[in-house]
This record gives sequence, structure tokens and C-alpha cells, in this order.
Amino acid sequence: MFRPPSSSRIARPFRAKLRRSFATVQDPPVRRYGGLKDQDRIFTNAYCRHDHGIKGAQTRGDWHRTKDIILKGDSWIIQTIKDSGLRGRGGAGFPSGLKWSFMNKPGWEKDPRPRYLVVNADEGEPGTCKDREILRGDPHKLIEGCLVAGRAMNATAAYIYIRGEFYQEASHVQQAINEAYTAGFLGKNACGSGYAFDIYLHRGAGAYICGEETALIESLEGKQGKPRLKPPFPADVGLFGCPTTVANVETVAVAPTICRRGSAWFAGFGRERNQGTKLFCISGHVNNPCVVEEEMSIPLKELIEKHCGGVRGGWDNLLGIIPGGSSVPVLPIKKCEEVLMDYDSLKDAQSGLGTGAVIVMDKSTDIVKAIARFAHFYKHESCGQCTPCREGTTWMMNMMDRFVEGRGHQREIDMLLELTKQVEGRTICALGDAAAWPIQGLMRHFRPEVEKRIAAFREENGPVLFGGRLKSQTDPTLAIPDNMGANLPEVGAPGN
Amino acid sequence: MLRLVSSASKPTSVGILTKVVAPSCSSLAGRRSFASTSARQADITLTVDGKEVTVPQGSALIQACEAAGATIPRFCYHDRLAIAGNCRMCLVEVERSPKPVASCAMPAMPGAKVFTNTPLVHEAREGVMEFLLANHPLDCPICDQGGECDLQDQSMRYGADRTRFHEITGKRAVENKDLGPLVKTSMNRCIQCTRCVRFANEVAGVEELGTTGRGNDMQIGMYVEKTMDSELSGNVVDLCPVGALTSKPYAFHARPWELKHTDSIDVMDAVGSNIRVDSRGVQVMRIQPRPNDDVNEEWISDKTRYAHDGLRFQRLTNPLIKQGDRFVAASWEDALSAIASGLAKSGAQGDEIQAVAGHLADTEAMVALKDMINRLGSDNLTLDSVGGHAAPVHAVDVRSNYLFNSTIPGVEQADAILLVGSNPRHEAAVLNSRIRKSWLHTSLEVGLIGERVDTAYGYDYLGADAKAVADFVAGKGPFAEKFKAAKKPLIIIGSALAEHPDGAAVYNALAKFVEKNKSTLLTPEWNGFSVLQRATYEVGFVSSRKASSVKPKFIYLLNADEVDPKSIPRDAFVVYQGHHGDLGAQLADVCLPASAYTEKSTTWVNTEGRSQLGRAAVPPPGASREDWKIIRALSEVVNTPLPYDDVLSLRDRMWEISPTLVRYDTVESTSVEVALAGLKTLAAATASAKVSGTPFVKPINNFYQTDPISRASVTMAQCTRAFVKGENYGFSELSSASEAAYA
Repeated sequence: MFRPPSSSRIARPFRAKLRRSFATVQDPPVRRYGGLKDQDRIFTNAYCRHDHGIKGAQTRGDWHRTKDIILKGDSWIIQTIKDSGLRGRGGAGFPSGLKWSFMNKPGWEKDPRPRYLVVNADEGEPGTCKDREILRGDPHKLIEGCLVAGRAMNATAAYIYIRGEFYQEASHVQQAINEAYTAGFLGKNACGSGYAFDIYLHRGAGAYICGEETALIESLEGKQGKPRLKPPFPADVGLFGCPTTVANVETVAVAPTICRRGSAWFAGFGRERNQGTKLFCISGHVNNPCVVEEEMSIPLKELIEKHCGGVRGGWDNLLGIIPGGSSVPVLPIKKCEEVLMDYDSLKDAQSGLGTGAVIVMDKSTDIVKAIARFAHFYKHESCGQCTPCREGTTWMMNMMDRFVEGRGHQREIDMLLELTKQVEGRTICALGDAAAWPIQGLMRHFRPEVEKRIAAFREENGPVLFGGRLKSQTDPTLAIPDNMGANLPEVGAPGN
Repeated sequence: MLRLVSSASKPTSVGILTKVVAPSCSSLAGRRSFASTSARQADITLTVDGKEVTVPQGSALIQACEAAGATIPRFCYHDRLAIAGNCRMCLVEVERSPKPVASCAMPAMPGAKVFTNTPLVHEAREGVMEFLLANHPLDCPICDQGGECDLQDQSMRYGADRTRFHEITGKRAVENKDLGPLVKTSMNRCIQCTRCVRFANEVAGVEELGTTGRGNDMQIGMYVEKTMDSELSGNVVDLCPVGALTSKPYAFHARPWELKHTDSIDVMDAVGSNIRVDSRGVQVMRIQPRPNDDVNEEWISDKTRYAHDGLRFQRLTNPLIKQGDRFVAASWEDALSAIASGLAKSGAQGDEIQAVAGHLADTEAMVALKDMINRLGSDNLTLDSVGGHAAPVHAVDVRSNYLFNSTIPGVEQADAILLVGSNPRHEAAVLNSRIRKSWLHTSLEVGLIGERVDTAYGYDYLGADAKAVADFVAGKGPFAEKFKAAKKPLIIIGSALAEHPDGAAVYNALAKFVEKNKSTLLTPEWNGFSVLQRATYEVGFVSSRKASSVKPKFIYLLNADEVDPKSIPRDAFVVYQGHHGDLGAQLADVCLPASAYTEKSTTWVNTEGRSQLGRAAVPPPGASREDWKIIRALSEVVNTPLPYDDVLSLRDRMWEISPTLVRYDTVESTSVEVALAGLKTLAAATASAKVSGTPFVKPINNFYQTDPISRASVTMAQCTRAFVKGENYGFSELSSASEAAYA
């Protein structure tokens, strides 16, 4: 199997020394990631133990010389973000500096339309709870970030689209906005810089799909949250038809600190192309589930051992980990030992960093049921606009439901995989992909488990037709079409 | 997840961003969209399946593929609706794109290499088709769409030959909606392409129709159950690619392969919509629109589509002679000689012989009748409308005084429209959709003088009477200022205004106004003085001043069914020629059965002065004959034979009267000088008109019943009950469970 050289070297650092090499060629020093020091933390009030108001925020360094940052101008901020290597923290990991620079295309000054920054605080991904901590404990970081990012893209206003269920969080953010206005940090003359900037908070109504950027824009415009077709991209025609950039809370909230402490500081964390620090939210079967800010590229195992007190019942009790929220494929224990928590390493492991929501499952987990639950979630949250997702998520959910008890035919596993391929990449937005990937991950790593259940069910109930009907329940006087699989020999599950 | 891949813009998009012309905004619900930049008219070249093709910039990829001759299957895409891109059937492969691309939503890029026939594309289409069919009921044998169903056809071409969907949970079941007496729903068959939703929102102006629920539970319908109250609702039947929306009056009547198609022209309003008459044997089974961008685009009104069942009822099939107080069937010979003797007995001389032409009279018949009446020494030619016996206020000497000069497609260029005494929604429903389209997509301003009506777009209300016109002409009010600032202003005068007591005064004021503002209203490119007229004045079927004051002794009603019975003298001899036993026939002494518009090949002139040729789809019933032939035969009997024996020589005669009558499918514009001269004569002729101050009333009270055909139609009667009177029309499918079980 292909294994990326970098990850293997880091996972087993001493292996390199055993290799023969020329004396003149020195291996670069092995660097271990993780162990973020307290002075390097950006979100110093993530747990809301201190005052979340403006006073507390200022003691933690927020709003410190924001005016100077703003006065440095858009290109300076964008260059700083580019140099820092910050990638979007919402999941796609698109380089933020580049994305923001799309707003400042040549000749943008001549465009009379207003320009918007939209902050995506509609955190709905199962397993993810990082933005929530920022909104609750460090709302001023977000507000200041809106101003800085807004200045970078020459936005006239920012909209924060917050998930409707986040009541306390919305209150804290609104409080922070009010305080910032009172303090003169926002408004016609933001921070005394002469730059006019407004921030509006908008509470969503609880649809997962509204976390997709164009659906979010539609929802903000007061329509049904259904993703738009791209192109045109929001940077061209976005909110209310104006240039818009949608960014995740965390991405925006780290921007002021990067500008204050310098891009080199931020770029000093993590591997090349995966720099920075990130909030990880670890949930599931660990002794101490938590949200923690850590350096990027920290090994997954270390993240769990260090901050969460390890897997419940010890590492060997681990069944699998979903490293980035419900929409990325699950990783089996073997992979979990060696992956690093960054975009590239997880991508090489055929999964993804996603939102950094680590869902740990120990051996007590019914993995098929867990993935079937995800299928339910995506079926429920599909907007119904485009065919593959609307029909596919329902179909996949039905099949997964049957597989939970093993009511299926061996051949249907491959059919389900084919269905996921028919959904993946054929839809308007990425929800179709997200619905397909967990199932693909399950079948990639836990197929024997599914096959075992099918075999067990067959043992007990006799042959099962395609679609889940028992052969014993069919009327023998009726001609059952052959494509129902009634007479197909069952392929024996391997090792069974 | 969403955040995982849905980055705002991929790096490759930098190039795209700068080039994309913002497509027509898909978010039109309820309000006007943002002003869009005008599309640049440059051409771009790209390669489709190795074939180079050049298309205008801003076209969708699917159009480029069509231009290259590659057929792209589609369900949601429709050229005249906003792009939804949700059926995903039109996926194609584009070079350097990792995923297949929805060709309807992707703008064509110069130099792009597109492949429509690769394994990836086939697989994608097959996948989408499988998903569409997964929840689609297998009821093609009992589905009315069968034979003309996009899903059926495309599944034959692109689908798999067997299903993999055997889930024990079964297929989706959706409750049927009640959209009224015209559109039958079977929502299980719906594939959520949202064509109907987009049509209702963008074209028809029924903003209530939309989607509720999400995912697999998404339903098309109105959140609050109600009928689809629109004059254009029937078009959703054509738009629906599956059998979810079918025609209720036509339900289970015929299969498409049994029908004979005849291209013809509609006569239910003065737009002259292009239609296709589908007939089986001697019966018209249904009427469908025929695309013509200059007239009706691709839409027709519900009256056009559904009133044809009136052609089966109340027909005159035999010549009838009144004996005492009842009609007795007679032979043609007897009927014609009865007329000849009636004419002689009545002693009518000169102008005492009157001819009245109704709304459904065709041009050939009017010409023949005029010639015959003139030959009998009379000038008393009357139109079947209020005050029709007098010459119209705008006179008929200059065409531009009474025509819809801006032309129907020209309406879309206007940036300010003033409606005077008109409700285009009822007078010309298809034209109204153009105003709405323009209102949605441009900064068009509309003002209305007359009775307040729901026009399906917003307007500034200026008043109800001639005073409002005077104020407008004087430049008072914000709308007058906007109108003055407009580059292509347009005045639309309702058809009933000429019949109004203040009509002359209003025409006078407006003619002077146009003359004064000729720099914008009357240029070589633009004539903003448009009358929604409904009579073929072109023929010159008007009476002289002297003749109109004569009391007639012999009256010849040609399709005239709106006449006021009191206007007919008791002792006059009345002949009615027409196809329905409506009002006119009741007044007659002799009835001559003629043919309806689907039964004759005649010339129809629309409100723009565009002559179009209708074609006979079915034979006329019984002993009825084509109108002009009846008149030709009668002329022989009354000893004034007309000089034409066939329709070609009759059309030569029409050419003599006005060449435009036989220059088919074109609109001949009037030059600025002539139009100006016409307005001057109009202003001079009406200079002494007095203003009475009575408010203008809308010309049509019941859109669904305006002529003998629609009055005889059962469907139109149901529409009247459902939409005009607001009753439960009693044909609700949901109320009868047994019927619902089949659908």
C-alpha cells in the first residue's frame, strides 16, 4: 500500500537513521508536532472561564492596536494571511489569503455594489463544536476578525450567520458587537481608522444545509436554504447579488492574532502547507472529551492520549476514528496510529481533516449502525434540490438500515458502493459527497463486519432477496423476476 | 462536510470569475431582481466532441452542445425559464474538470473541450436516470403523458434495462394537489424538476407555487392549498417533463400518436398566438402552443388551450329558417333564397342594408361581405362592439392610429409603460407575461389609468378616468416624470377605450402627447403609441357617417354575438352567419351554419397588424361551410355575384385592399412621417371631444367566457366557477377517493 514517506518517517522517526546514506547528505532534523505552549494559544478563553465581555477580551489582548492593522491596508493583511499559510478551518481547507484576494480583483473599486463578508457560524456538522466555544468564550476575537478580514477584502459589512440553536452563543456575540460599537471599534469610523464597517448577527433556523456557503447566502436573503449553482461564485455574485466571501468562524477569528504576532509565528506551527494551530474537538469513547487548541499536524494518537486521557479502555480497545466530522470516512485503528492531524496526511489516508471533529469509537460501537445513523442524518438534511442527493441519500439510508441487521444480499454491498459513486461528484453542493464518503469509508475498512451480519441474518432467516424481502415470505405461486436475486448463490463471507 | 469541499472558489475559477456574465437571476420570487449588466454580444469558440462550434458569449454549455449537434438529455432545463440545474441529467465532461459538469448551468467558455459521449458521461446519465426512476411509479400504461413523456423517452435512451430498486420500504408517495379545473396532478410522478415552479413564479406571476419540505419529502405545491389562478396555468402541463401535471379536460381522451397535428392560429384574443391543433377524426382533441418568438414565445393562455371543447356544443350544423317562433332546418338553397326574398320583402335600399362583423369573423369573410354589401349599394358596415355602428374615433385611414405599433416583442424593450383603460392580463394574457418578464428583469416602470386590476406586476396607479390622462399629459405626478425620462416609453391603450364616452378626448390628449414627445415616442426605431385593438380595421369594415345614422331594414350578422338586441329594429330582416347558436342566432330570421377557426384556412390579423394563416384541422360539422363561400353563394342569389370563385382570387382582392393582409407572418411598420400625420388627423378629428368624467372600466370581466366558443365550453364554465366566482367547482379529485386511487 502506498504510504506517504513523510508520515511514515514521523510516525517512526528512528527508521530514517537505519537507512544508508551519503555522509555528506544529512537528513533534515525530525520534527515532532504537538504540544502547543500556552503562550502560543490564540483562543485563550475557549472554555469561557473568564469574562467574555470586552473588558476581559482586552486583557487577553483583543482589540490591541487594531487600528494599526487596519491602516496597513488590504494588501498587507492578505499578504500576511497568505504568508501564514492559513487554510480555511471550515473543512475544505482552501488557502484563506487566496480566497480573500478574490474579492480584490483588478478594478474592484469601480464596482458600485456593496461587498460583504459572511461568517459561517452555522456549525452543524455532527461531532463539531469548536466554533461554539469561540462564539461563547472569545466572541471579540471573531468581531475583531470580521473587521480585519473585512478590511482585507474591502467589505462594507459582515453578516454572522449563527446557528439558531446557539442561543447563549448568539447572546454573547451580540453583546460583543454592541460593546464594540460602543467602544468605537465598529461603525462609521471603525477603531478610529476612518474605515466604515458594520456587523450584523443573523440567527439561522436549524438546517444543516445552510452551512453550505451558497445555501447560507440564500438563507440570509430570506429564501429556502438551497445551494446555488456555481459559477457564478459568491465573490462575483453573492449575498444580495454583491461580491461576498463566506468564511468559517475560526478562520476569521485567528486573523487578528496572525496580523499582530506575524505570519512567521503562525507559519511556524505544523507541516508545510498545513501550518498553524487549530481547535480540535474530540468526542466519543475517550476518557475526557474536550475541545482543545493544538498545533496542526499533531499525531492523532498523541492528540487523544495527551488531551483526552486516552481511549476508553486503552488504545487497543479502539475500533476506529472519524477524524473530521460526520462527512469524512472512518479510519481503522491501524491508520489511526500513524496519521497526523492535518489536511494532507488525512487526505493520504483517504479521509479528511474536515472540521477537526474527532469522533472516537471503541470496540463497543456498532460501526454499521453508527454509519447508518449518519446516512439518516444526510437523508434528513438533504435539501431535495438535485436528483442524486435527494434520491441517493434516501436509498443509501434504506440500505444502511437493512445492513445494520444484515438484511441484505452480499452483492448489495457493491451496489451500495456504486450508488455512493453515483451520488459523489454529481450534485450541486458537497452534501452528496458527504453522504457518500462515510459509507465508502465503512465498506473500505469494515466490510467484513457487514458481510458477517449478512451471513448471520441469512443463517437465521434463509435467503434474502435484493431490497430486503425474505425469500420465505415471497409467494411461490408468483413469478419473482430473476433480478430480485432470489436464486443467486450467496457469496460466502471471507473468513466465515 | 459542507465546509469540506465547498470552498468559495477553486483556484481555476479566477479565470471564470472575470468572464462569467451573471446569468439571469434565479431568485425572482415576489420582487424585482437586481439590475443586471447587459450581456456582451461577442462570440466564443469551443470544441464539443471534437467539433468546433461558435456560440454567443453567455450561452450555456448545453446550448453550445446543441449547436454542435450533440443531444443532451435534460429535465429541468428549459430555454425560456431560469436555470435550476437540479436534475443533473445534462452532465457532460469538460476537459480539466475533475467532476462531470451540469451543462445547463455552466457558461460556455472559449477554448473549452467538452465531451458528451464518454464512459463517464454515460455512467453519470445512467446514474441520474436510475435515481429518477427509483421513486417514479411504473404507471406508464395509465399515465396521460405516455408517448410524449420526457422521462419515458430518455429512460429508453439513457436508462438501464432493469431496476435495482427493490427496497422493502417502497416508493415515495405524495398526495395530489388540487390546482383547479385545468391542471390535473399526480404528484407521485413528480421528479422535482421545478419547471412548473419557475414558470409560475417568473412568467405567470403565481408566486404561491413553490416547494415545501426538503430532501425526499420535497413537494411541489402551495403551502396553503389553493388553486393555480392564472390565465397561463395550462402551460405547466406542457412544461412538465413527466405525467405529474397533465391536462384535466383532456385526461384519458387520446394518446399523442393518434392525433393529427395542424399548425394554426388562435382567435380567442387578438394576440394571434400560434397554436397546433391536435385532432382525431373530426374532433379537436386539444390545442397546444407553437413557438413563435414574435408572438407568443412558447405560451398560450388557458382560453386558447381549453376553450376548444366549446366547438362541440351549441353548433349550427344546418341552415335554419325561422317559421313563427321556431327554427326549421332547411337546405342551403332554401335558406339562401329565403334570404333573397327576405331582402326583397324588407324593402331595404342602400344604407338600410347593414352588415355586422363579430370578433370571430375571418378576414376573407369580412372582405367578401363588405364587397357584397357595397355592391348592394350600402355603406352600412358595423363592428360588433359598443358604438360599433359609428366610425371609430381613431379612424382607419392611417394604420398606426389603431395598431399595436410597438409590436409584441417590442414590449420587452420599453422602459416605461402606461396602460390606459386596459388590463393586458385579460385582453392579451401572453403579452402580459412579456411585460412581467421585462418588469422582473429590467427597471421597467408601469403606470395604469383605469380600473384597478391585478396585472401580475407592480404599477403606479394614476387614476380611473380621463382626468388622470389629462394630469399625466400635463406632466403631473412622479410617473409622468419617469415616463418623460424613459428612453423607450410605451403607451398601451386598451381595446375598450374607443368605445368609452371619453374615448375621443383621451385619444385626442394622447395623440397630442405623442406628437409633443416624438423624440422618444415616435422615432424610426420605436413607436410607443400602441392600441390593443381587436378588429381588423385593415379591411375598411367601417361605416360612413351618413350610413351609420340610417335605421337598417336588413341586417347581416357575421359571427356577431355581442350585439345589443335592442339595436335591431323589430321589423328588420336578420341573417346570422356563424358557427354557434349563441345570441346572434337567436335574433335571426335565417341562420347560416359556418365553420369555426379550426375548420377553415383563413387569414387572421392580430393586434399588431400581423396577418397569419390559420389552417383547417377538421372538417366543418354537418352542412356548415367556409364563411366566404357562403357569402359568395349568397351574392349569386341576390344577383350581385362577387368576382372571385376561389380563395386565391379572393386573396388577390385582399391584396388590392391592403397588401399587408396577405403578407403573412410579418409586421409592416409605419414610417414616422405617416404616423405623425395620422396622429395629427386623429387630434384634429377629436379636437371637439368633451370629457364626461366617467371612469374607465376593465374591458373584460370574465376572462374565461368572451366569445361563443368559450361560452359553449364546459371547461371554461368550470374555470369561471373556480376562478371568477371562486366557487368550489365540484370537480375536485381529492374529494372523490375512488378517482384518486387511480391517479
